[in-house]
Amino acid sequence: MRPERQGASRTKPAKRVKRAEPSASGATAGVELAAVQTYLHHHRRVARDSLLRLLRTPWASLMTWAVIAIALALPATLFLMLANVEQLSQNWSSSPRITLYLDLRVETAEAHRLQEAIRKKAQVESVTYISPEQALEEFKAFSGLAEAIEYLDQNPLPPVLIVTPATNLMSAAQVEALQRELAAQPGVARAQLDMDWVKRLYSLMELVSRAVLALGGLLAAAVLLVIGNTIRLAIESRREEIVVIKLVGGTDGFVRRPFLYTGLWYGLGGGILAWLLVFFWLLWLSGPVQELTRLYALDFQLAGLGVESTLTLLGTSMLLGWCGAWLAVRRHLDEIEPQ
Amino acid sequence: MIALENVSKRYPGGFEALNQVSLRIARGEMAFLTGHSGAGKSTLLKLIMLMERPNQGQVIVGGQNLNRIPKRQIPYYRRHVGVVFQNHHLLFDRTVFDNVALPLSIAGVSPRDIGRRVRAALDKVGLLKKERLYPIALSGGEQQRVGIARAIVNKPPLLLADEPTGNLDPELSADIMKLFEQLNQVGVTMLIASHDLALISHMRHRVIRLEQGRLLAGDHHAA
Repeated sequence: MRPERQGASRTKPAKRVKRAEPSASGATAGVELAAVQTYLHHHRRVARDSLLRLLRTPWASLMTWAVIAIALALPATLFLMLANVEQLSQNWSSSPRITLYLDLRVETAEAHRLQEAIRKKAQVESVTYISPEQALEEFKAFSGLAEAIEYLDQNPLPPVLIVTPATNLMSAAQVEALQRELAAQPGVARAQLDMDWVKRLYSLMELVSRAVLALGGLLAAAVLLVIGNTIRLAIESRREEIVVIKLVGGTDGFVRRPFLYTGLWYGLGGGILAWLLVFFWLLWLSGPVQELTRLYALDFQLAGLGVESTLTLLGTSMLLGWCGAWLAVRRHLDEIEPQ
Repeated sequence: MIALENVSKRYPGGFEALNQVSLRIARGEMAFLTGHSGAGKSTLLKLIMLMERPNQGQVIVGGQNLNRIPKRQIPYYRRHVGVVFQNHHLLFDRTVFDNVALPLSIAGVSPRDIGRRVRAALDKVGLLKKERLYPIALSGGEQQRVGIARAIVNKPPLLLADEPTGNLDPELSADIMKLFEQLNQVGVTMLIASHDLALISHMRHRVIRLEQGRLLAGDHHAA
């Protein structure tokens, strides 16, 4: 049948060209536009129909959405927590201190000269001098070894300069560069940066974020399976329809389309529900967090779900929905053939 | 229109449904296919609509060798073959209109043209006033007419029917056959599988007999 049809369609345009050459391309463009419009109309209709189909069984759909939402909300909250801790640690790490232990032989006057020289540097906010005598007194007071120390012939503690870097030195690398510079000064025996705990925190956070990523991956796989299984049931319940569509010439794409849209809607609904879960969780936490920041006098605002993370959440959930549906459709549609 | 050349079909398990069948049906012809159940009627129709492939031989429809149509192209081929089923395969969750419109929306016909063509098809089978009903609200004969409307809405040059009157009483069956004759008069080639010999013998059309997968000699026009 095809050859004769093709023959028929071949003669028609030829006639049209003969009759009015300039309008020929316009006419084809018009035909193509109409085809595109029909195609888009069909997509809109399939999208709407598959949504209505979900809403016709509200409880079953809500259950699926809830499962997806919980699976997505868990990694989302953990990521948010990490982001907040990161922000908090940045606040703290901006005020590290560098402790300079001077040579034991350095005299008081020389120590003062060094203090002045360092204070003049642009990267330095302030320098405090602690003499060996002061240090010994403090040590006696805090260590509880006062009597033992009385027996010492001479003071074993070196003079110390405590340097606070300028507040515009934000990055750890800049502070470390300052530390190296100060360590090279004559009379300085050792320059110690009190940033070890920040480094430890960062590596701990790196560890936690990897764990969260792995957990997120597992839960994403769970969402795929849940949606895939739900779509499989939907395919099973519409077996008759699929058979009829295949019999009257529906392509695989046509058969797949409603199920892919269904997956997309499952994903979107689950994503919205997950967003709400995270939103209420943040609301519930915001009171205690404000109290805590007030007590610690911190300049800290709990980061919530911004536009970007909201879009990421919804986009991820829709993508998962579509992929889950695609897997199910790929696996099961071929099995359904008219008998 | 249809040509079978030495076609054999063996199902997995060894059942030989068709054995060296050769057959020609001309364009514009109306032919009946009869035989006991298991004689190969359904298999022959399935080969023509590419639900099955032959193990041997060729099936040529409208000049096109079906062996050369890849799986991916089957949907496009089926759009040119109308099929009426015994159990009519209607979808009960949509209206008569939507059932008939299905082949058109599959073929990407614009919504405006769909309305016009669906009503033309429903008019032809005499169900224009029932387009908003659901198939469950129709009688058996009316449901079969909806099935026919769906099969012809695409204006296919070839219409196949597999036991179209199998579930209907004689009077309704005669109505359906009259409808097929009308379609044949406007140029549609028809191949109708039926074991209702009483009904067929009333009509002056070619009868093709199958027995155990073989074509019986004496393919003749009923007197």
